[in-house]
Amino acid sequence: MADSLPSFTLTDQHRRVHSFPCGRPVLLCFVKEDCPTCGMTMPLIEAAWQAFNGEVEVAAIGQDAAGNALLVGRHALTVPMLDDSALKVSFAYNVEIVPTMVLADASGAELRRFEGFDKSDWQSLLSQAAHLAGGRAPRIDWHAYPAARPGCGSKSVEPGVAERLAAEASGLSLRARQIELGAEEDPFEFMFERGLTDGLPVIPPTPERVMRMLTGTRRDPQEVIAAVPPNLAPLTIEKVAANAVMAGCRPEYLPVVIAVLEAVCTDEFNIHGVMATTAGATPTIVVNGPIRHRLAMNMRVGVLGSGNRANATIGRAVKLALRNVGGARPGEIERTALGGPGKYTACYPEWEERSPWEPLHVERGFRREDSVVTVFALEPGPRLIVDQLSRTAHALAGSLGMALESCWHPKLHGYGEVLLVVSPEHADTIARDGWTKAQVRNRIQEASARPIRELLPDADAGEGMALKHFGLAEPAAAGQLEQRIPKFRKPENINIIVAGGEAGKFSSAFGGWFSGPMGSMSVSRKIEEVTKPQ
Amino acid sequence: MTQMTRIVDPTDERVPLSRALAPRPQRLSGVVALLDIVKPRGDVLLDRIEQRLAERLPGVTLKRYRKPTFAKPAPDELRRRIAAESDFVIEALAD
Repeated sequence: MADSLPSFTLTDQHRRVHSFPCGRPVLLCFVKEDCPTCGMTMPLIEAAWQAFNGEVEVAAIGQDAAGNALLVGRHALTVPMLDDSALKVSFAYNVEIVPTMVLADASGAELRRFEGFDKSDWQSLLSQAAHLAGGRAPRIDWHAYPAARPGCGSKSVEPGVAERLAAEASGLSLRARQIELGAEEDPFEFMFERGLTDGLPVIPPTPERVMRMLTGTRRDPQEVIAAVPPNLAPLTIEKVAANAVMAGCRPEYLPVVIAVLEAVCTDEFNIHGVMATTAGATPTIVVNGPIRHRLAMNMRVGVLGSGNRANATIGRAVKLALRNVGGARPGEIERTALGGPGKYTACYPEWEERSPWEPLHVERGFRREDSVVTVFALEPGPRLIVDQLSRTAHALAGSLGMALESCWHPKLHGYGEVLLVVSPEHADTIARDGWTKAQVRNRIQEASARPIRELLPDADAGEGMALKHFGLAEPAAAGQLEQRIPKFRKPENINIIVAGGEAGKFSSAFGGWFSGPMGSMSVSRKIEEVTKPQ
Repeated sequence: MTQMTRIVDPTDERVPLSRALAPRPQRLSGVVALLDIVKPRGDVLLDRIEQRLAERLPGVTLKRYRKPTFAKPAPDELRRRIAAESDFVIEALAD
């Protein structure tokens, strides 16, 4: 082994400063006070220090200041006890177990390392160090020692600590305001009381967890990615990370959450209107590309909920960020009359591999190997479409068209974007006839078209469309009223993805909101790839 | 919990601002803006308000404005224009 070890500077029990490398061979001994094996090892470290007389520098590196003082007193140590209570050196040296002994040459290259206690390791370590010192190994009563004894976990790998150290080592720092909770305060209850949750429990965003979340992106925590309506508050990566922690995300989900928030905070998507509308739309996310597999998203049985962490928490993180940073709180600016389950979370991957068609992101101009989010303003929950009997693409697409006519209201045509989730069995029925997505869309338009006279409000159903929508004036000629109007403004408004369990002749649809340039338009955005796909 | 917990504030950290209402004038005068947010039948409501105000307050100037869409906030330019040109605003929601 000739790895060059990290350099460091620490102070000892006499406030003397020690730097490594120092131009002489060094024996570094990582210890902590509450580890019995470390305690057993301390006399050996002291003996080495006295025997080598500075020809080989010997130093104990203790992991907490109070414990270091105890060790010095208990073992009457004269060997320098360096204070690594910040654990930065332990982390830099990849110390997982204490005691860890590291012997390095004068240049700082590692010669030998072992963990825990092993008599033969110690004996050969001391003779190698003695050789370097040009002297003798200390005399030790080896009969007083067991052959071997395992060590304890290093403080630098304790849960939470390891994540913080990793984040600090990568140069990350937090700037957001931090709130201290009292010792008796329950952080979960605190989050509820402060109005920071969607009504379900959230993970408290401790600095350690937020730091760990930030390891999921290469972007600067202080980068402002959007001004979030309605408050137009600046949204930093750090704030996204805090809300992603609360939602239950893993760090690798963070780039998806960021991409969605960038997509919705655009004039095209109009998140202000989507959150404020009394009608009840919600940002509904479709994930495409290799990242679906890396995040282990569920695109099969129960794809539209529930049970998968990535599906559930990515959409929730987006909603929590809109609520906490943007100020879109239900009953305040979020004013939906009814809402729906999709108001908690709405994030679904497409099962591209099971689809007979191009995936959604490829249709939208991305490469198949790109990972992409597409966000739609849709009803906050899917509607089930049952068709267990159709055996042709024509009949099945006709059924889908008839079912889609009920979106908003059967009499409201010229409708905007809708998301149709076709199950594998339905996709197979259509694929057997070799139909393209364009053919499916045209058949939906054909099956859902109605004559104008059926779309006018009347005594049986007061909702409907006025003649002026069709460029007609009262009284319209009977022939004019026979003109058939398709449900959707354009066939392309019918967005089709394949997902779901392989058994079940059902599909699902999410109705749209007020779509188009005056309302909301779907937005696709490529996801930053932190790790290359496998 | 035996240990103190520290959390990162997930909000925009803005202290909510409470704004005082403008003083209520005793009478209408000058220019009254009638803003149609273009919800269905908002124009019907504003037509009627405009007619009644013109009858009762002949000295007041009434000016009509329209948002491009009810689904988005009023554009800055429209807000500036209304603020510069009028003393009062009546906004019609309707439906």
